[in-house]
Amino acid sequence: MTARPEFRFPHRHLLGIEGLGPDEITGLIDLSESYVEQNRRPDKKGSVLRGRTQINLFFETSTRTSTSFELAGKRLGADVLNMAVASSAIKKGETLIDTAMTLNAMHPDVLVVRHPDSGAVKLLSEKVNCSVINAGDGTHEHPTQALLDALTIRRNKGRIGGLLVVICGDVAHSRVARSNIHLLNAMGARVRVVAPPTLLPAEIERLGVEAFTDMKKGLEGADIIMMLRLQTERMRGSFVPSIREYFHFFGLDYAKLALAKPDALIMHPGPMNRGVEIDSEVADDIDRSLIRQQVEMGVAVRMACLDMLSSRVAEPGRNQP
Amino acid sequence: MPRHAVQPGGGARTQPAVSRILAFANVRLIDPATKLDSMGELVVADGLIADFGQNILPQQPPSHMTVVDGGGQVLAPALVDMRVQLREPGEEHKENMESGGAAAVAGGIGTMVQLPNTSPIIDDVSLVQFIERRSRTIGLADIRVYGAATKSLSGNELTEMGLMSEAGAVGFTDGERTIANALVMRRALSYAKTFGQLIVQHAEEPSLGTEAGMNEGEIATRLGVPGIPAAAEVIMIERDLRLVELTGGRYHAAHVSTAAAIEAIRQAKRRGLDVSCDTAPPYFALNETAVGDYRTFAKLSPPLRSEWDRRAVVEGLADGTIDAIASDHAPHDQDSKRLPFAQAAAGIIGLETLLPLTLELVHNKHLGLGQALAKLTCNPALRLGLAKGRLGRGASADLVLIDPDRPHRIDVAGFKSKSKNSPFDGRPTEGMALATLVGGRVVHAASGAPTALRELAASR
Repeated sequence: MTARPEFRFPHRHLLGIEGLGPDEITGLIDLSESYVEQNRRPDKKGSVLRGRTQINLFFETSTRTSTSFELAGKRLGADVLNMAVASSAIKKGETLIDTAMTLNAMHPDVLVVRHPDSGAVKLLSEKVNCSVINAGDGTHEHPTQALLDALTIRRNKGRIGGLLVVICGDVAHSRVARSNIHLLNAMGARVRVVAPPTLLPAEIERLGVEAFTDMKKGLEGADIIMMLRLQTERMRGSFVPSIREYFHFFGLDYAKLALAKPDALIMHPGPMNRGVEIDSEVADDIDRSLIRQQVEMGVAVRMACLDMLSSRVAEPGRNQP
Repeated sequence: MPRHAVQPGGGARTQPAVSRILAFANVRLIDPATKLDSMGELVVADGLIADFGQNILPQQPPSHMTVVDGGGQVLAPALVDMRVQLREPGEEHKENMESGGAAAVAGGIGTMVQLPNTSPIIDDVSLVQFIERRSRTIGLADIRVYGAATKSLSGNELTEMGLMSEAGAVGFTDGERTIANALVMRRALSYAKTFGQLIVQHAEEPSLGTEAGMNEGEIATRLGVPGIPAAAEVIMIERDLRLVELTGGRYHAAHVSTAAAIEAIRQAKRRGLDVSCDTAPPYFALNETAVGDYRTFAKLSPPLRSEWDRRAVVEGLADGTIDAIASDHAPHDQDSKRLPFAQAAAGIIGLETLLPLTLELVHNKHLGLGQALAKLTCNPALRLGLAKGRLGRGASADLVLIDPDRPHRIDVAGFKSKSKNSPFDGRPTEGMALATLVGGRVVHAASGAPTALRELAASR
């Protein structure tokens, strides 16, 4: 294992990428690198978080992210508890703050929280004494996804700054897009978003991106193409007329991929809708697709985030109610 | 010193138990209805304004007259607040008519009109009568009520507008809900007109809005909160204006918040339509940036808008397009606000901040004092057909003594309202109500009020 970088994260929580500086992002990515190596060894278990308690609090169902966080915590030696709140307390009328206060009384060291409402994780973080990691809040942010995307890009391209990254698909409902826009901008990449106008949020350009409604134009010169899932479950009303039409204009296939740089790489936060936003063959193309690598990097990045935030736990009085 | 002599700079020695006549001396009388603005005196007898003007007090006041030295402060008609939610019946833990009444008079409000969105909904005669009765029993601010425009606020069937009018309803509205169906709106305007009544609309095209949202734009996009476009307001108002043209009805757009809507109303007034509108202090005192980091106390309906819209609201007030300023008092308890932004209730309390925030417009030289007070007194009263909001001999002595320059910091902890949901907590302001009289009774006197008034308030 490489030496653990001597970087200290100056925040108590990881609620989003917005507001983080390039040094902080780089620090987290560097630390993640060391965990990539640990995860590839036969003995993956470490002890950085021995004695610490990590609670994964998911108000919205998720298999990939919660598994990734669970594995990350366990590999660092933490006691990990998974709570799927969507199906329990809330239905009994408990509010988010009640839940937070209840859990706080159990003295966890880190809470990993996913919630269907934007801002909910921040609200919760204000009511607890431990560190909180945002594992996705509504359509706001999903910071660990952006960090794992950044790690994946850097490992494959050697850098992030100067690249042209094109984020395609349901930008309006995507917390992944927002976190990536903040991160890529902070790291000096050029960012484009491509979507039908119904799936582009208002004034998105003011977040520092170029917006395209023509995917063919948007893909020109791309180094990285990040495809987003069409989030039908978040949609009220009709945003696109049909899946068939959507795929025709906004689905990534080899014909459209040819418009990007010849060495352009493809990413997707998953789960994929094959044949909706991405052609199956493109998704599985081992020369172009980084999708599986993203999953691997996910565990490493989450280990780095847990490590970083938990390393501050020992501050006196920190976990007192 | 004679027993009732005026004491310079202070109150008078009084015997409240035997006083039947209350006189104000050394006050700046402002009656926006007649554009009166001059130093003078005012006499209250038997709950009515007996007289006002210059040099009307006898040299030697009779023993049954209490003379209060107003210290040169403004004496004006008590405020008329045309949009208030009081939560009684049904949600008295958030506010009831008594706590709301106390909050109102503390804010200088003598009359307020309650929305019908209580539980049960005020959509029949008995509930209108209930409000009237409770208001009389409580004896603080005069509480009037809008009847629901449609049964159960469902937007489908008209209520018994005629009978409710006879029972005292002062207009009809579906409260926080838009009367969205054009046919229902057409009929509401036509039918209410028969009784000379106003239809008050919360103008928002519902299919473009969402209860979970905030103003559409960069901040909403950044926060990942559903956006409500400014156009949702003007679309509904433009439609309604066509229906006003069709029916000749009396229409009032509540809490307008966008430049486009204000311009539409400006044009409609030029065309001679019977339309009016109000706004509320958050729409000229804040913009969407107040939402900041999901601050639910800045969640309103309509949402706080862009700075450009905020300036248009100020302009609309200055040029008279916006007739009135209402508190839009919407009390919510902690449990309704301490939630993720999308789930939190929309609305803020406003009774005790209405006057100081409106006076910001005066201190910032957007409005003259008389002009600002008109929007809080005679304009809403006139539009609602209430014999309030003006100084008149023989009129009910509903008065407010205002120190327009007194520096103050808004402190919701000291508010009379049961709910504390205000984004203005801690905001420094200038100007406040020193005392409020309703029907000649001193129902509120702040610590800076003349001693006599404080004694009278305490002896209520």
